[in-house]
Amino acid sequence: MEHYYQPEIECASREQIKAWQDERLVKQVKHVYDNVPYYRKKMDEKGVTPSDIRSTEDLHKLPFITKEDLREAYPYGLVAVPLGDCVRIQSTSGTTGRRVVAFYTQHDLDLWEDCCARAIMAAGGTKEDVVHVSYGYGLFTGGPGLNGGSHKVGSLTLPMSSGNTDRQIQFMTDLGSTILCCTPSYAAYLAECIHEKGMQDEIKLKAGIFGAEAWTEEMRQDIQKSLGIKAYDIYGLTEISGPGVSFECSSQSGMHINEDHFIAEIINPVTGEVLPEGEKGELVFTSITKEAFPLLRYRTRDICVLSREKCSCGRTHVKMTKPMGRSDDMLIVKGVNVFPSQIETVLLNKGYAANYQIVVDRVNNSDTIEVQVEMTPEMFSDSLSQMAEREKELIGALKAMLGIYAKVKLVAPKTIARSEGKAKRVIDKRNLY
Amino acid sequence: MTVRQISVFVENTPGKIAEFTKVLYDNDINMRALSVADTRDFGILRVIADDSYKTACVLKDAGYVCSITKVLAVAIPDEPGALYKVLEVLGENDVNLEYMYAFNTRSVGSAYMIIRVADNDKAVSVLSKAGIKVICQEQLHKL
Repeated sequence: MEHYYQPEIECASREQIKAWQDERLVKQVKHVYDNVPYYRKKMDEKGVTPSDIRSTEDLHKLPFITKEDLREAYPYGLVAVPLGDCVRIQSTSGTTGRRVVAFYTQHDLDLWEDCCARAIMAAGGTKEDVVHVSYGYGLFTGGPGLNGGSHKVGSLTLPMSSGNTDRQIQFMTDLGSTILCCTPSYAAYLAECIHEKGMQDEIKLKAGIFGAEAWTEEMRQDIQKSLGIKAYDIYGLTEISGPGVSFECSSQSGMHINEDHFIAEIINPVTGEVLPEGEKGELVFTSITKEAFPLLRYRTRDICVLSREKCSCGRTHVKMTKPMGRSDDMLIVKGVNVFPSQIETVLLNKGYAANYQIVVDRVNNSDTIEVQVEMTPEMFSDSLSQMAEREKELIGALKAMLGIYAKVKLVAPKTIARSEGKAKRVIDKRNLY
Repeated sequence: MTVRQISVFVENTPGKIAEFTKVLYDNDINMRALSVADTRDFGILRVIADDSYKTACVLKDAGYVCSITKVLAVAIPDEPGALYKVLEVLGENDVNLEYMYAFNTRSVGSAYMIIRVADNDKAVSVLSKAGIKVICQEQLHKL
């Protein structure tokens, strides 16, 4: 039996959804124009006024907003309510210089948690379930989002946070966790540990809600088999709210976008032109109910396809495919956003040449990142201990910039493959898309 | 009182040292001494050749990253305890060794150690005072 958290919304007619979107969009555009000078300036530059936006058909008239805008406006430039009305801050996984800080009013948190509650119930969750949240808690949205959603459903919530796998498994068995929320790679790792301990018969899991990183259908099948559960995908981003922007239902064939809160568009990432339904392109979101941190036409850089085909679960909200790639060069490694340009900055600061290659792989279900750097006469020394010292320094600087450990490999000059004079910067061996 | 060593960066993969020696061979360069320090990913080759400038130029032209370092070449009798005497002097005078390696010459009865320390002047001074022979580049050529 299909469970819904808000059936009247989740299964509303397309006409009803459109009516909500039209009304909320008009109101939201006026809200940001009146309260956010940054938006007003952007709209004035494009010659658009709130009166030009009468329905979702007019959405395309609005300028896009990008991560660069968010950085420029950091930290308060896009906040649309008095700070006194904000009750929470969340932030994207720690990348220096690229950090995005999002603000929430109590109402914003409520709606975000509603979205997560919809995801949990779509995965079969009820108030009888024990929801085991192994996403990180803190600035990262994963833990707080699913935690709040689980409360809304009325499930018994285990705020485990990430790490300490032995304790995770102990709580899981002792307290009979039925729904696991974490990254898919951590789910795979947990499964492996459970099997190593021979405890697979002691766990009571029936479902998992896995997101915050790319994973393949094969990985889903593996996790489902080894844990004896159904594995559901969930999607979200801090800029828009957090997990629960979209989520999978029992049909496991794409993620329903919560269209009463977010309008989704697919655009051509090069021209910015809106593409018809069914075409592959960059996903763009407009948050129409957010009070504190509303974003109009935010370019996610995720490439995917939208479908409004009737879903067997009864939900009427549009479905998106898993992201099939990125329209920029961002990598997600261990759940952390990594840009090659950050690595380049560190190398140049430390006196290395910009001849480098980033190799990302997944070993034992855990992401690894290796930075291969071409040796230069300036950095070379006849002494191994000096070379080791320099390597250690570089690893430290990369860690400070990226927030994660990156292995450094020094290679001979001119060994990094170049095509048409330009080196291929990233080799992603994970085959996630 | 030092000799010039050429240090060369090579990746730790099969065939890399062979490639390096081929470059020397093609340019008619004979090595007097060679040592390899290795890590998992790369190695540093340390070479003593008669014409260190020519060798460094040839290697740079072949795309190698290399540098010239001044090191000590210490003559030691080819007999038990000879190296101990050298190292004892250095140790007693608080001279720390970065690395060292040995080589023989065509003449019978004496061996040489290449020694890399932070302070060459101090090392030469304490070794000379102890009656230990340290040779210079020109003397090395004649060996």
